[in-house]
Amino acid sequence: MNTDTIHKPETQEYFINMGPQHPSTHGVLRLILSLDGEIIKNVEPHLGYIHRSIEKMCERDTYKMIVHLTDRMDYLSCHMNNEAVCLTVEKALELEVTERIKVIRTLVSELNRLSSHQLWWGVMGMDLGAITSFLYGFRDREMITDIFEETCGARLTMNYNVPGGLMFDIHPNFQKRVKEFITHFKKKLPEYDDLLSNNVIFKSRTEGVGILSKEDAISFGVTGPSGRASGFSCDIRKHNPYSAYDRVNFKEILYTKGDCFARYKARIDEMWESMKIIEQLIDNIPEGSSRETTRAVIKLPKGEFYQKVETARGEFGVYIISDGKKSPYRLKFRSPGFSTLSALNTMAKGCKIADLVAIMSTIDLVIPDIDR
Amino acid sequence: MDIEGLKNKILSFSDEVEFSEEESEFLNVKVNPEHLYSLASFLKENKDTAFDYMFCQTGVDWEEYLEVVYHLSSNTHKHNIVLRTQMTDRENPTVDTVSNIWKTAEFHEREIFDLLGIKFNNHPDMRRIFLDDDWEGYPLRKDYVDEVNIVDL
Repeated sequence: MNTDTIHKPETQEYFINMGPQHPSTHGVLRLILSLDGEIIKNVEPHLGYIHRSIEKMCERDTYKMIVHLTDRMDYLSCHMNNEAVCLTVEKALELEVTERIKVIRTLVSELNRLSSHQLWWGVMGMDLGAITSFLYGFRDREMITDIFEETCGARLTMNYNVPGGLMFDIHPNFQKRVKEFITHFKKKLPEYDDLLSNNVIFKSRTEGVGILSKEDAISFGVTGPSGRASGFSCDIRKHNPYSAYDRVNFKEILYTKGDCFARYKARIDEMWESMKIIEQLIDNIPEGSSRETTRAVIKLPKGEFYQKVETARGEFGVYIISDGKKSPYRLKFRSPGFSTLSALNTMAKGCKIADLVAIMSTIDLVIPDIDR
Repeated sequence: MDIEGLKNKILSFSDEVEFSEEESEFLNVKVNPEHLYSLASFLKENKDTAFDYMFCQTGVDWEEYLEVVYHLSSNTHKHNIVLRTQMTDRENPTVDTVSNIWKTAEFHEREIFDLLGIKFNNHPDMRRIFLDDDWEGYPLRKDYVDEVNIVDL
């Protein structure tokens, strides 16, 4: 048959909205997709559905109050966010906290990272159609939230850090329960591999999808496991160690492919490293005070202070400009999700809509962290 | 490269700069809005400086002037620098975009425009990012009147 006679319909680009209530956007994020058939031409994120003007509110609040706002941003890394503000304030006051505080902060941070990655792994599987993983992830995460409940008093927004130390000392059961959890999770984590990592369907949906080059990762400021999956060595715990990270052995997970599967593997491997850190510290919590005394209303000296920490999603920075009063003159939160989201268009161009779901889940967005 | 080395490198490129190390842990370089873009691309492209990673970009309202602050870092040399540029015109403050040097600036500059009203020339998509398009005023400015009382309880 002559191919010239086949009728070729005219096509035109069209737009659809994904979100703000789409389940795979994990919160109120709206994406405007421009499509050619099923191929994505452009992704434009629309932000601001839960913008709460946290930076403006910080200009009104005292430093002790600001800590409580930060875990409303990235609620899955709430402890690390709190820690970032506390470390900045301590840096400005030139306050050296005790070894006990440093070690406990590191332990809770790593537990927090594990619980965040467990939740991510559960919903990642569900996004791609595997409901079992959701139940597995939440089952194991429950043990960590129980530990948090006992020691910090809350399960999600813990507020365990205060400038100068910790709200209170660890619960007597803490060490025992953490060790129980590690023994339990060491047996369960290989199951995660059996269920998804070695699953043919899962692999074919993630391998080679949503590639982000190393140059783009650096230029877009994509940090955390997503950046390291592209080969961008950006682990703050290694490069600018804070708290007790200078005394523990762990590997910085680096992959070079930069596709969805590399980002997935980076997080799975990071869970093993987190457990390694916890094991090294859990029996070596030094004695000492769990809180240094600070003034009731903290006033920082005039100047500028910057501190970054590694949250479950990447580099979180706190930039305080102080004019010597009880609240900051200007405070900026450099949130990892905001920069990561800006690279979404580059990753998703040329993919299918179903691939976008995989990309969205592997960059692990938390929307309040982006909107602030 | 240490602070002295960075200073000399920058001075060899341009003498329209001011340095300060007071009250900050980084080397601060103050530069005019007109010279910012050329200095920024020099710092990125030069092999000895290679500032390829911008880890923070933000704006500050100092009442007499508005300021944009760029926190830069180098992935190869592991050194940091802070660029600052100041605009006294509060009605129409403008500075060239750096979004073609560091792509992360595309979103960060939209945020600065949204909250502080600083416009970036040649930016591919200069719109508000968080607030509605018809929002009046720029909330992070110190003279912003918060009529609905959202923040000042």
